[in-house]
Amino acid sequence: MKKSRTDMIFNLSLVALIFAAVIIVENIPGVNPMLSTVLKKGSIYALVAVSMNLLNGFTGLFSLGQAGFMLLGAYTYAVITIPDSAREKVYMYVKEGSAVSRAWFDNISNALHMSEDVSKLLIMIIGMLAGGLIAAFFSWLIGLPVLKLKRDYLAIATLGFAEIIRAIFQWDKLGPVTNGSNVLRNFPTFKTAVFPLTVSALCILFIVLLINSTYGRAFKAIRDDEIAAEAMGINLAHHKRLAFVISSFFAGIGGALLAMFQNTLQATPFKSAMTYEILLIVVIGGIGSISGSIIASFLYISASEWWLRGLDSGKFLFIESPAVLRGGFRMVVFSVIIMIIVLFFRKGIMGEKEISVTRFLKLFKKKDEKNKEI
Amino acid sequence: MSENVLKLENITMQFGGVVAINDLSLEVNKGEIVSLIGPNGAGKTTVFNVITGVYEATNGAVYYEDKMILSNHPQGKMKKMYAGTDAGKFSDVMTKTPDRITSLGIARTFQNIRLFKSMTVFENVLTAKHMLRKSNLFGAALKLNHREEANAREETMQLLERLGLDDVKDELATSLPYGKQRYLEIARALATKPKLLLLDEPAAGMNPQETMALTAFIKSIRDEFDLTVFIIEHHMNLVMDISDRIYVIDFGKLISHGSPEEVQNDEAVIKAYLGVSEEDE
Ligand SMILES: Nc1ncnc2c1ncn2[C@@H]1O[C@H](COP(=O)(O)OP(=O)(O)OP(=O)(O)O)[C@@H](O)[C@H]1O
Ligand SMILES: [Mg+2]
Repeated sequence: MKKSRTDMIFNLSLVALIFAAVIIVENIPGVNPMLSTVLKKGSIYALVAVSMNLLNGFTGLFSLGQAGFMLLGAYTYAVITIPDSAREKVYMYVKEGSAVSRAWFDNISNALHMSEDVSKLLIMIIGMLAGGLIAAFFSWLIGLPVLKLKRDYLAIATLGFAEIIRAIFQWDKLGPVTNGSNVLRNFPTFKTAVFPLTVSALCILFIVLLINSTYGRAFKAIRDDEIAAEAMGINLAHHKRLAFVISSFFAGIGGALLAMFQNTLQATPFKSAMTYEILLIVVIGGIGSISGSIIASFLYISASEWWLRGLDSGKFLFIESPAVLRGGFRMVVFSVIIMIIVLFFRKGIMGEKEISVTRFLKLFKKKDEKNKEI
Repeated sequence: MSENVLKLENITMQFGGVVAINDLSLEVNKGEIVSLIGPNGAGKTTVFNVITGVYEATNGAVYYEDKMILSNHPQGKMKKMYAGTDAGKFSDVMTKTPDRITSLGIARTFQNIRLFKSMTVFENVLTAKHMLRKSNLFGAALKLNHREEANAREETMQLLERLGLDDVKDELATSLPYGKQRYLEIARALATKPKLLLLDEPAAGMNPQETMALTAFIKSIRDEFDLTVFIIEHHMNLVMDISDRIYVIDFGKLISHGSPEEVQNDEAVIKAYLGVSEEDE
């Protein structure tokens, strides 16, 4: 009991420290803009990776639908929050124009004399929650048939679902809502990394609390041994569906954040490649480790967006060789690094463990004792 | 003493063409310790799997505390293939998933130990308390159920103390020696607060001393937790010592039934075991 309290205090102060650092870093002029990108995208990927870990790592359900649920969240967010004044221009390639309006919200906002900032924050929160709920709703719908499938078939079915969703969202007939294959833009977005970090932190906090609750134990029991879990009175269908719906809800929120991060939204990037990217982060961080997923997300985004950029543009560290270091080389190096990690660190950075000061302190104590013995 | 806890009526379990249980009827009464014995492959574990809803019997009905909980008759393809008897006797179809059976008050252990591998001894037992929760997901995540959780932890601790597992409570369940793993399985089953306990070869892999200790232990928990026990076992010393009544099956068919003395002297049983009976495994 006491041990976990020390850990909790440590973790909370760590989070507070990170936030303080982010606010300071972002307000210093001339700071590498890449750092800001890494913080924003890293925190979004961290949330999505943790939500995938909840399902794949903690409940043992091998689902590959993450990109599909992110797309649902992203589109729901954008469609709901684009200001009515901008809709005509955004939907200009759609004959019927936009079928959705946010007048209901603007009316309430005006009636309550909300300031512009409050109103914007509120619609962002509403949009994100709606994104999460729509993603959760779809996962609830497909959950019943899909979750009966065994391992590989579940992966294939969810992957297929994600691809179908992507195709449907680009369908002309849905143009008045999704803008077909045209770009959605002008929805409210965030400027600093504080917003995505806060949202991610809150969502991840909820997932951690859930995993440490009696429901989390039921999920892990299902992962460890379905037959034994069932014999202990755990309803498999109900709990698998719960994990699936919650995971999809947070993937939807992550998708909404990603839409904000990108400023514009199209269905094309939400391919299976995006799911694999997230799966990779989960594997690198350690299947079944939340802190592993978070660390791996920031490392992965740092590497792909920042540290290895030079490999594509002819200059990396001290090497200058435009002939070799050109477009695409970054991905080659990146893939090799990932292969090495997957081959030599089979359990990822953290295995199934979490960051814990108490364990860290114990390590020191043991060393001290050893030294004394000598 | 004759209050009926479990009753099987004409149960037949057919896998494809294989009849694993053939027209089996039996009863277990409140407070009894009843054994189910038979040679390897006789269908004993399958009987447990039918009672707990892992398999759906092809024909027959199961009653728990005088209420029908499971029932079936040959349907679909099975109609033609059915090789058992009493095909027309049961008209109801009633199925339940294993978790529903457990929540009725029937808990079991497994012949090939099935502990939660990633969890400690304590967590294994605590997880079985999930079934008894009243809190919903949000309440549990936001720790609004702290009283329930504290209660579950305390009961878990008490169980572990009772079964002599408290000193290893923070160890990985799978790192325990074999015998202790079997006790842990019993602890986990007891955590669901059952009225009927099904034990599938709890003494498998134990030496004679351990088996004797287990025999005394099963008797004591029967009294302490007000249990009815239905037990599958190969160790004849344990079976003869512990059982109020014994059912013997061979090739899925009931071949004998009665008190330990009656069964021990039954020609059919001796023939089925063909001298295998007093072996030590
Ligand atoms: N799922 C199944 N599919 C097909 N056949 C099965 C299945 N389960 C059990 N059987 C068959 O049913 C018969 C009885 O098996 P069961 O495991 O119940 O025997 P047992 O009496 O528990 O034996 P043991 O003493 O070895 O544990 C065996 O012939 C087995 O092959
Ligand atoms: Mg068996």
